[in-house]
Amino acid sequence: MSQSQPTLQIEDLKTHFLTKAGDVKAVDGISFNVNKGEVLGLVGESGCGKSVTGFSIMGLIDHPGKIVGGRIIFNGTDLVGLAETEMRKIRGRKIALIFQDPMMTLNPVLRIDTQMIEAIQAHENVSRKVARLRARDALGQVGIPSPDERLRAYPHQFSGGMRQRVAIAIALLNKPDLIIADEPTTALDVTIQAQILYEAQKLCRDTGTAMIWITHDLTVVAGLADRICVMYAGRIVEKGGIDEVLDDPFHPYTYGLIGSVPSRNKRGSPLYQIPGMTPSLLKLGSGCAFRERCSRADEACKNMPQATKPKPGREVRCFHPHLETS
Amino acid sequence: MKIETGFEQEISDPLGKKEISPLRRFISDFCESKVAVVGLSIICVIILIAIFAPLLSVQDPYDLAQLDIMDGRLPPGEVSGTGITFWLGSDDQGRDMLSGIFYGLRTSLGVGAMSAFIALIIGSSLGLTAAYFGGRIDSLIMRIVDIQLSFPAVLVALVLLAILGKGVDKIIIALVAVQWAYYARTVRGTALVERRKEYMEAARCLALSHSRLVFRHLLPNCMPPLIVVVTVQVAHAIALEATLSFLGIGLPVTEPSLGLLIANGFEYMLSGRYWISFFPGIALLLTIVSINLVGDQLRDVLNPRLQS
Amino acid sequence: MIAFLIRRLTQSGLVLLVMSLLVFIGVFAIGNPVDILINPDADQEEIERAIKALGLDKPMWEQYWIFLVNALQGDLGRSFVFNIPALQLIWQRMPATLELAGFAMFLSIFLGIPLGMIAGLKPDSWVGRTIMSGSILGFSLPTFWVGLMMILLFAVYLGWLPASGRGETVDVFGVPVSFLTLNGLSHILLPAINLALFKLSLTIRLARAGTREAMLMDYVKFARAKGLSNARVIMVHVFKNIMIPVVTVLGLELGNVIAFSVVTETIFSWPGMGKLIIDSINVLDRPVIVAYLLMTVSMFIVINLVVDIIYSMLDPRVRLGDMKS
Repeated sequence: MSQSQPTLQIEDLKTHFLTKAGDVKAVDGISFNVNKGEVLGLVGESGCGKSVTGFSIMGLIDHPGKIVGGRIIFNGTDLVGLAETEMRKIRGRKIALIFQDPMMTLNPVLRIDTQMIEAIQAHENVSRKVARLRARDALGQVGIPSPDERLRAYPHQFSGGMRQRVAIAIALLNKPDLIIADEPTTALDVTIQAQILYEAQKLCRDTGTAMIWITHDLTVVAGLADRICVMYAGRIVEKGGIDEVLDDPFHPYTYGLIGSVPSRNKRGSPLYQIPGMTPSLLKLGSGCAFRERCSRADEACKNMPQATKPKPGREVRCFHPHLETS
Repeated sequence: MKIETGFEQEISDPLGKKEISPLRRFISDFCESKVAVVGLSIICVIILIAIFAPLLSVQDPYDLAQLDIMDGRLPPGEVSGTGITFWLGSDDQGRDMLSGIFYGLRTSLGVGAMSAFIALIIGSSLGLTAAYFGGRIDSLIMRIVDIQLSFPAVLVALVLLAILGKGVDKIIIALVAVQWAYYARTVRGTALVERRKEYMEAARCLALSHSRLVFRHLLPNCMPPLIVVVTVQVAHAIALEATLSFLGIGLPVTEPSLGLLIANGFEYMLSGRYWISFFPGIALLLTIVSINLVGDQLRDVLNPRLQS
Repeated sequence: MIAFLIRRLTQSGLVLLVMSLLVFIGVFAIGNPVDILINPDADQEEIERAIKALGLDKPMWEQYWIFLVNALQGDLGRSFVFNIPALQLIWQRMPATLELAGFAMFLSIFLGIPLGMIAGLKPDSWVGRTIMSGSILGFSLPTFWVGLMMILLFAVYLGWLPASGRGETVDVFGVPVSFLTLNGLSHILLPAINLALFKLSLTIRLARAGTREAMLMDYVKFARAKGLSNARVIMVHVFKNIMIPVVTVLGLELGNVIAFSVVTETIFSWPGMGKLIIDSINVLDRPVIVAYLLMTVSMFIVINLVVDIIYSMLDPRVRLGDMKS
């Protein structure tokens, strides 16, 4: 693939859940690109649709969820509407997914080697022996000591951090072009989190793998991502380079998010809180979803703001962005 | 399914007077399942039939003077020598099957309900005792429960009846012996959870007597799961009694239950006279299925764990 | 593992001891043991000899001791009816029962798990609903009545299958079995289906619930995210997880199947221990009753033990260690 073409290009993706109570617009028209070797941070509160975005890319949206519009162009192919057999060949081989809770992602009754070897053999016609060797190398790569022995173990014999490393090793097995990491460090200790972040970053730089790092934790993406997308209620409200967005947020929501991160500079002064609660996706009106919680909201916000580009490489979806600070 | 029963409010407010709303809530939740409502209606009809069996029956099937052996084994719809129409046929004694079933329901329901009631009292007392006092008493009672439950009900009943012999009182003893452990386990489980709640602490601080604590405070809050177990167990008891009577080790011939009626028809079935066994079986089936349907819905409505 | 085995064996021995005490009290203490244990047709002299032989003139605890020692030596008295040792009688009848129970278990596992998994994978389709309704019916239907209806339909009206007996048997290691001959197979089919019905419903329910639960788990989603085929996800990831509850419950239910074969054997005149015990109760052949009871209890204890071992093999989380009693 040429330099100009991003690994992943999402255009106006809409994933809705058609429940009895009504349509839940979990993802409602988001667009972003991820380039080769780049880490994109996808940030938002829980329930804002960031995980659904990940599953949509993988084609793993379960009933009653459905991709109702948009395109997911991966290496030049649109994944929306791709046949299940074709999709299966991409899953795990070209795009890998790492889940939030390492306690739940590994099957408790299967040995680690079984779960790793099957991931290789699902895509390549290689012998068990070869697959096993590759599995061992992958375990070594993510820093698991004595991988030969650990291959024979069951998930419950690993600590949480070790399990997440195993899950990452499984994601790496087939050298994917894109890794979607869905809050992979949330359940881990801070020190282990740091190690894993470091390794993830190194991996992208070394192999050119693109990565989408889904999280609710701004401090995690701050040191890791190249670019950031901030999601709110199924939409991307702000997008841009990580440093620019963090130093100079445009959207009131991003502004609030950054303000609510505790830091040493702000010690002693009360932390900022975004007032109110995440709105129910069932009851979203037509206007800006954040207006109920926004100090800058006015009559104009009863309409849906369109994405604007106040600066090159930046995008914001707001009528009253914080532009004056710069 | 998101159902709130109002059961939670009851727990948090056990001392206050109950408002009507939890009950209403419960009724409307229960009615959500059409099948369960149908089941409940069938049960009501069956209970009425059982109570008024003598009024509904065309003959007293156990008054030998009213029976004529010449009317024996008539197929459904035939008219007897005395002018009675046997809508469901007659058995070998010339007994109207419909009347037989009405009386049989009486015996079956009676035995089932009676044994469930006695087992409920014994089982929940032991369960409450175990939960309330804990320690050695608890482990002793629960050990017995565990051992008892590791043996199938049929086997336990079989053993007891083999030793005791036939009879209504004996089969009730056997059914109670089979069932009490379920109640004990259920009540203990719930009571252990309830005991740790604050209202029990509060009640204890008022220095109420043991019996008042247990019966006025602990027991009412153990009721919801208990009600579910009672419905299931009544159905079990009826089925088990029918099975044992069918095997000829349950009720004596003088106390005909549905199981006995079915057993009577067994030998005639091979010659194609299906009705003697078939219709009592249908009656038994309707009874058990209806109770189970109601029990299933009660479980869904009363179980707070399923409501998240 | 060995410590666990020893602990379980001790526990089992204890249960057996308690059981023997209960049986002893039941048979020997309620009612007159002379009536119960000695053939009522015997004359006075014989009765007195028997009282001496059975030690009925001795104090209670000593009688229990004698009963226990005899039982351990395999002497549980002679059947009044057949006039052979009761235990031997049970042994003779046991293969038929075990064959029936085994065949029924086989049916419920090999039909129940696939059906339950289908119902669990497609809970809202008509197939899933039909399977579930069937299983609810199977739960509620009284086994003996279904047996009768099966005879009525398949033996009386359709005439496809025989209604009673074991049919032709073949000796395998000196034990006669039915299912290896066509005739025997036709005889075992109806009773086995009848006996399996309840377990089948249970297996369907367990497999369905397990499948539905497993399908929502992250590990299934992760397995799919690895690009595994649906077949592999279901056959390996889901299947292995639902096997744990299914095996545990079914193992414990094996005892139940053996107990319930009493009913099925009576209906289909299957010459196993179940029919023997009912016949014995009807003619008050007490030594046989005692022997049956103690045998069944021992069998239960063994089954429970085996199930626990299999369970620990299936679920690696409990394998290494502290299994609660």
